[in-house]
Amino acid sequence: MNTPVGSVGVVTPQKLVFEEALALDCGRSLPRFELMVETYGQLNAAASNAVLICHALSGDHHAAGLHSEDDSKPGWWDNCIGPGKPIDTDRFFVVALNNLGGCKGSTGPVSLNPDNGQPYGPDFPLLTVGDWVRSQARLADRLGIRQWAAVIGGSLGGMQVQQWAIEFPARIRHAVVIASAPELSAQNIAFNEIARQAILSDPDFHGGRYYEQGTVPSRGLKLARMLGHITYLSDEAMRAKFGAELKAATPAFNFDVEFEVESYLRHQGQSFVDRFDANTYLLMTKALDYFDPARDAGGSLVDAYRAAQAKFLVIAFASDWRFSPARSREIVRALVAAGRAVSYAEIDSQLGHDDFLMPIPQYHGVLRTYLARVAEEGP
Amino acid sequence: MNTPLRADLAALSPWIPEGARILDLGCGDGGLLAHLAARRGVHGYGLEIDPANVAACVARGVNVIQADLDQGLSDFADGAFDVVVMSQALQALQRPDAVVAEMLRVGQSAIVTFPNFGHWRVRRALLAGRMPVTPSLPERWFDTPNIHLCTVADFEDLCARRGWSISRRALLDRRHRESLAIRLLPNLFCEQALYELRRPGR
Repeated sequence: MNTPVGSVGVVTPQKLVFEEALALDCGRSLPRFELMVETYGQLNAAASNAVLICHALSGDHHAAGLHSEDDSKPGWWDNCIGPGKPIDTDRFFVVALNNLGGCKGSTGPVSLNPDNGQPYGPDFPLLTVGDWVRSQARLADRLGIRQWAAVIGGSLGGMQVQQWAIEFPARIRHAVVIASAPELSAQNIAFNEIARQAILSDPDFHGGRYYEQGTVPSRGLKLARMLGHITYLSDEAMRAKFGAELKAATPAFNFDVEFEVESYLRHQGQSFVDRFDANTYLLMTKALDYFDPARDAGGSLVDAYRAAQAKFLVIAFASDWRFSPARSREIVRALVAAGRAVSYAEIDSQLGHDDFLMPIPQYHGVLRTYLARVAEEGP
Repeated sequence: MNTPLRADLAALSPWIPEGARILDLGCGDGGLLAHLAARRGVHGYGLEIDPANVAACVARGVNVIQADLDQGLSDFADGAFDVVVMSQALQALQRPDAVVAEMLRVGQSAIVTFPNFGHWRVRRALLAGRMPVTPSLPERWFDTPNIHLCTVADFEDLCARRGWSISRRALLDRRHRESLAIRLLPNLFCEQALYELRRPGR
């Protein structure tokens, strides 16, 4: 077997079924739900070494390892999770899941609605980060984990980490919030709204009932993803990667792909359509928009964090303009004012928001060092 | 973890009250905060710009916030800390006066240490027409991070002008000891100066 060094190897996802109803922030509830889960490493006898990985907008439960020996691509955070890696599976029992509302096997818009046996589609309730965290708490109960050693997430995942610390203070020892924000900015929401409008206005969307119509709102979803990708990269990174050079020697004076960046965006958009569901994309962007722990605490982020007990590590990337370091410093400032333990590292980077998925030595170094202490100090 | 505390930090640490909430500006590898947390039940945060030092703080479990002191302390509320410490960083700042003012905004008191540019070795070098290279100021003029050096007299003059009261001072030699010579002619013989400042009316 040809397992790469530091890989968790071949992993098999499992589907866990939760038969007890889950009340949601929107006022509705799910009578039952399923979560797709992968785990790496061994849970110790005291169940004190568990780490939860929260995924971002388009992530899923397949965070590390391969699904078969000839799998061409490992999980989305394989450079960070594995034996000897920053999230060290020799020390931690690592749990990754596909969030509720997702399209990779957990209950979501593509699942069948028990009321009528049809796919939920647009009838699937809109979710909040709080709903996700409450479903993840059920998952922790199922796995026998009373308290996470750490909950870790980037971007939208970092919002789940914050929610965990605020809502279940006794169940999380360390909160690792990467490239995230205390809430979305108006600019962030504006990007999400354009992405949603692209999907909603696609004639193939059919009000979200495209499964029954046998169509896919691929134009809308593709546009949404192309827009997203612009915001995940810095101006400098795009310049370095694509320049503004024509692919051909002279302009063709038409709307075919003429520049490298156009070809990149079209490819990213198209490959996303092949692996993602439009209703899930809509739901995920709304969950991002709704996240605002300060609002839940009467308008004060400091008050929100007073409930937390976890120690925090906050990490931001210098070139990230989607969730800029200034947004992470808002989190840090509120944590300090609330008297919480927090460390903050700002990583020199070039790529932009996507840097949180990159094995940047300074970034992985801080994460590795922090988590080594988490493992050593225990509960 | 068991490396001895740097001499300037050892000299100022008795000034930090038991259980104080402190902010350490330019906290380096977190040695002072780790020492004070273990010995005096102090809790707080360090600010540090250098990534390697940030990692060193994380490794010893010290709360560290990566930040540039020249950007000010706007992340911290008025009076948020009992003590704000800054050791051996004053002379490397763009605007030392602005940073000390910020220290006294967020702290009840501020502890500042710096090398005295009035020391006789410095004066001797300047009299000979050369920029000083001394045991307390080992860098040469072209590679030194020190851009705002001052003497004990200059610093006390700044404090008087800004209305900062000096609640404690220690003028020491380079091994951080007191001496008769320093007591008699402080600005000529002091190599390392330690000050505790308060805003007026405190």
